[in-house]
Parts: sequence; C-alpha cells; structure tokens
Amino acid sequence: MSAMARTISYRQALRDALREALRQDPRVFLMGEDVGRYGGTYAVTLGLLDEFGPQRVRDTPLSELAFVGAGIGAALGGMRPIVEVMTVNFSLLALDPIVNSAALMHHMSGGQFSVPLVIRMATGAGRQVAAQHSHSFEGWYAHVPGLRILAPATVEDARGMLAPALADPDPVLLFEHAQLYNTEDEIADDVRVDIRSAKVRREGGDLSLITYGGSLPKALQAAQTLALDGISAEVIDLRVLRPLDDATIMASVRKCRRAVIVDEGWRSGSLSAELMARINEQAFFDLDAPPARVCSEEVPVPYAQHLEEAVLPQPAKIVAAVKTMMGRMP
Amino acid sequence: MIRFELPSLGPDMDEGTLLKWQVQPGDTVKRGQVVAVVDTSKAAVDVEIWQDGVVAELLVKPGEKIPVGTALATLLAPGEVAGAPEAPPAAPGPAAPSRRPVSPAARKRAQELGIVAETLAGTGAQGSVTLADVEAADRQSRGRAGPAAAAAPSAAAGRSQAMRKAIGAAMSRSKREIPHYYLSESIPMANALAWLQRRNDGVAIAERMLPAVLILKAVALALRRTPELNGFYREGQFIPATAVHAGVAISLRGGGLVAPAIHDVDSKALDALTRDLGDLVQRARAGSLRSSEMADPTITVTNLGDQGVDSVFGVIYPPQVALVGLGRIATRPWAYDSGEIRALPVVNASLAADHRASDGHRGALFLAELRELLQEPALLAADASPAASQDNRKKGDGHE
Repeated sequence: MSAMARTISYRQALRDALREALRQDPRVFLMGEDVGRYGGTYAVTLGLLDEFGPQRVRDTPLSELAFVGAGIGAALGGMRPIVEVMTVNFSLLALDPIVNSAALMHHMSGGQFSVPLVIRMATGAGRQVAAQHSHSFEGWYAHVPGLRILAPATVEDARGMLAPALADPDPVLLFEHAQLYNTEDEIADDVRVDIRSAKVRREGGDLSLITYGGSLPKALQAAQTLALDGISAEVIDLRVLRPLDDATIMASVRKCRRAVIVDEGWRSGSLSAELMARINEQAFFDLDAPPARVCSEEVPVPYAQHLEEAVLPQPAKIVAAVKTMMGRMP
Repeated sequence: MIRFELPSLGPDMDEGTLLKWQVQPGDTVKRGQVVAVVDTSKAAVDVEIWQDGVVAELLVKPGEKIPVGTALATLLAPGEVAGAPEAPPAAPGPAAPSRRPVSPAARKRAQELGIVAETLAGTGAQGSVTLADVEAADRQSRGRAGPAAAAAPSAAAGRSQAMRKAIGAAMSRSKREIPHYYLSESIPMANALAWLQRRNDGVAIAERMLPAVLILKAVALALRRTPELNGFYREGQFIPATAVHAGVAISLRGGGLVAPAIHDVDSKALDALTRDLGDLVQRARAGSLRSSEMADPTITVTNLGDQGVDSVFGVIYPPQVALVGLGRIATRPWAYDSGEIRALPVVNASLAADHRASDGHRGALFLAELRELLQEPALLAADASPAASQDNRKKGDGHE
C-alpha cells in the first residue's frame, strides 16, 4: 500500500474501508436494508455489489430483528459480518439481539463463544427528517457492558476504524453521524487508528470542550470563535464512547480546570451525564467551575428547520456556555 | 472603570475596617496617593492607591469591616467618561448574603498557600473564586508582605488580642513552612562606637546617630555578597530582591511589634538612614505607617539590645528568607590570637535563615562580612553606591 495522501469524503472513506475488508478476508460480508442494489441509503456501499457479488453484499428484508439476529448467528458460526442498520432509529427494533444476545453471549457461554460482529448505523439530526428519524441513541448503547461503541467524527477515523473493529472478537457498533457523510479531508492511504483512545483535536488551556461525532465540527468552530475572544478551548474527540478513555479526558480537564460537554443526545440519563459524573469523581479538586453541558433540548426533534436548529447544539450555544463558565458576558 | 480593592497589608491580614476616606467622588488621584485609612488587626494604615484616575464612587462607608479584595471604590481611568458601558461586576459586593463560591481547584490551592479563599474577590462564573484569583492574591500578598502595622495609642480594647493573633498566624506559618538554621557571631564594636562618638559630638540629641543605623547599613552591604538571604521564597523558589528594604522590628508601647521597611538601605547614606529610622519609629508608634512601608521588607533586622539580652534567635517573617538579630552591646573580655585579653564592647549578631534558599556556609560568610564591615565605620559612611562598596571591601580585607 502506498503512503499517498488524497482528499476524499467521509462516505468514500467508509466505502474504501469496507472494500479493503471484503478483499482481505473472505469471512467478511455486508448485510442490511438496501445495501446492495440501491448502494445504501447514504450511498456508502455504492458499487460494492457489482464488485463482490450478491453472496457478500446482501440485501435483507425490512426486519432489523431478523437481520441483526442473522448477523449474530453468522458471527458465532465463524463469519465476520458487517451489518448495516440504516439508522439508529430503526435499531430499536433490534435492541434484543444487540443487547441481550450479542453483548452477553461471551458471558452467558462462560467464555466459550464470542460474537465478532460489526454493526454500522447512521445517527443524529439536522436534516429535517422529524422526530422519529432524528435520534441520537449511541449513549444508550454505551451503557451496555459487552459492546464497544465507536463514533468516527473525522474522515481518517471513518477510513481507519473498521479494520480494528473487525479484529475485535466482541461486538462493535459504529455510529456515523448523518451530517458527516459529505465532509472531506486529506488522509493517507494507509490510515491506521486505534479504537481505544480519545484524541485532542485542538490544543487549548482555558477549558476542555469534550465531544464526539457530529458535534465535533461544531465544537471546533466554537473554539475558533472563542480564540478571537482570547479564550483557549481544547477540543477532545471521544472517538470511543465505550469504554471511555478516562485518562485523556481527565488529563485535559486537569490541565484546563474547566469542562464543557457537547452532545447531541438529550441530557437526562445520558452519555454527557456520565462524563459529568466521571469528571466530578476523578478531577473534582482540579476544577475551577462546575462542569457544563450543551445538549439537545429535551423535546422531540422538530421538523421545521428553524426549530430544529434551535433544539440542537450549535456553535453559538457552545460559545455562550463557555463564556458563562469563564465569568464573562455571553 | 477601575476597581480599587482593599489590599492585603501583610500575609496575616484578611480583613480590615475602613476608618475614613481621604478623597471624595470627583477627586483626581495619583498613583501612590493616600486615599483611605484602614484599621487592620494591627494598626490604622494609610492606604495608597496604585493607579491614576478620578474617584467615581465610594462603595464602602467608614466603620464597615470588609474582607481583603473587596472593592472599596471605583475610579474612572484617565480619559474614561462616566456612564460609559463597562463590564458587569464579576464578584458579589461585600453585602453578598451567602457563602462565597470557591472552586475546588482554588480551595485546594488556597489551603496549600495558607490563604483564606472566601475572603478573596472572585472573577469566575457566578462571582466564584478561581485558582487564578488565589494565585493573584498570593502574589499580591507576597509582593507586599511584611510584618504589618503599628498599634495606635488609641487602639481599641480588642486590638492587642487581634495583633497577638495576627503575629501568631504569621509566626506559625513560618515555623511550619520554613526550615530555619541559626548562626551567631560576636562582633567587636570598639571602632564603631568610637566613630559614632566622634560623629555625634556636639550634635543635638534628636540628630545623633545610633549604633542601629551603622548596623543596618552594614547588614545591607553584607547582603551584596550573599544575595540569597535577601528576597522572597514564593511558589517553591527563591526570588532575590534587587534592593535591600530592611524591615526594622519596632516594639510598640501598647504591646506587640511591627517591622516596617526602610527602603533602599544599601544605597542610602548614613545621615539619610538616621532620619528614616527616627521618622519610622515615631510614626510606627503613632500608628501612621504607610501601606508601602509594610508591604515590602526583603529582610528583617531585630535589635533587642535595649532589653538587655545577649542574643536573639529570630523567627523569619514569611515570605522573607532571613532575619538578623542583635543583642546588647556589652563590654566583655576579648582574647586576641596573641593571647592578650582586653575588655571590649561586643555585640552578638545572629542570623536565622531559610535553608530552602541558602546553606549555613553562605550564612557564615554573611556574618563574617558583617563583622568586617563594622570594623570600618568610616567606609560605611562613605558608601552610598554599589560601586563604592566594592572598593571599600577590598580596603577592608585583612583588617582585624
């Protein structure tokens, strides 16, 4: 493989990763709604059916319960299935196989069976598809022991996370924020990333902006605005939502002494709540202000564009939360 | 808009009572001007302002007791127009009812530094005291630290108790934090006293020079050779001072003591020091010290000879790193190397020094230098500049 760099989209990066996996390991196959002939609802799998044939790129009936369950069975049988659940909204229909079977099989079998399954799904709001199609439930899955939860927020992670996910003997869920598919970046051809660590995406000293997935570009934009006001925000991309990389998070919080968490999920009983709790448990005596959160308003995500924008975390809201924390007028 | 806050007039002061204002709204004030009189636990102190401006509003009334850091008044900066938009007040006023929010990081740091965080003005969210506020207060108090002020003769009944408490707090911190070492040296004073007698012959009592002045000058010059005894230990390291501001311990008639600074002892002539010392003692006992005098002694000199003790083993005043103690000048038998014994006036000089900043070897050099300098009073008299000192030392070498 060459070490050439090229500019590609997040979508293309995912497709390149899938193609690489299909080429390298005959046990790998894709399965899901519209992944074959249609090329995927977000066009991630476009062209793969022609290249690899219907045995390895399989369209399924509209039953998440059935095809996720089939994926688990295939994984138990020695295959390396990559199951696409169109969006996190529909994954609720597959909660039982994911939580009760995939996550627990290793435990329930006394370590005899592993489930080397990768499930991809789109997540998030912001496209005017209304409340039932705008959920951010990755935090729910991050609640469950036995699952590894990934949230690629950059083109590099979109390209690099699949290989280590496939190598993991236990189930891994990849959450792709729907707003990210068209983002572009220059990456090396031979991207290698880990699926253990959080990453500092921007260095700063006044506060830590802790975020992931579709909120990362918003946090980076806010950090840029804050810099003009002389506030130096460090931006942490969680990347892995379970297990959380406490060391990287706390190192940043201890350095900056203030933390603002940006999460598109609702705040009650959420991943952002978990982060608040850990910061208080592990870095309390290093804090210079109560940790704060910028989350979605606790309402169903509206359809109307201006209302949807008002409900979701936005750079301006992040800037205001930070300034309030710094004792400045927002 | 400038906030003029109640400064800490020593590491042991965390609140004060405003006695009176020396300015009114509309007055133009200059940096260094005395604008208010504040009663600390030790004294009524003239508080100077550190910025030029025009007094906009007096926020505290005479008689109010307020924590250090409280805004006393607002000032318009030069060129600033009244009523122009300004930043909102970051901290709740002195009347804030509930306990002041202090961030966990600030609380931890304040504990390490021995600062009462609740008394500081907060600049963080909801007026909270942040780590930066604590560190700023620490820098301020260390920068201006000094054995604070004098008890006025008209002191309130609780004054001596409060002063005891303040001295206790500072000395406890010293003994808790500073690894002291002690050295002492007997210094023959025959030359010095003879020189003083000639100098004071026929001079009015008020203008006579005391041995203390010669000793102060000699201490300041000796410090040039051992600068690690002159300065402050703060934030884990020693920071040498650029001049010698000697804190002179003065006992007060009503009990207790203060050690205000005589500035630039190393570069002042003896006559100027004589005037400064007399003036300082008088004002200390009258309770009219200025805040800058209590702010910045870089070393303390204490003289308990009047009380008749042979020697003093002092407690260093943090953040200073050394204290020079002098006993009584007494006539004693003195044995020369030749075996000859004579009766000479001798003073016992001691050094208490901070082992974090210096070692006993350097302390011994200092006392030896002090002894040598006091054998040549005429050269001390001639010295008013660093360059002169270098020459004098060479001439003084080998003198016994």
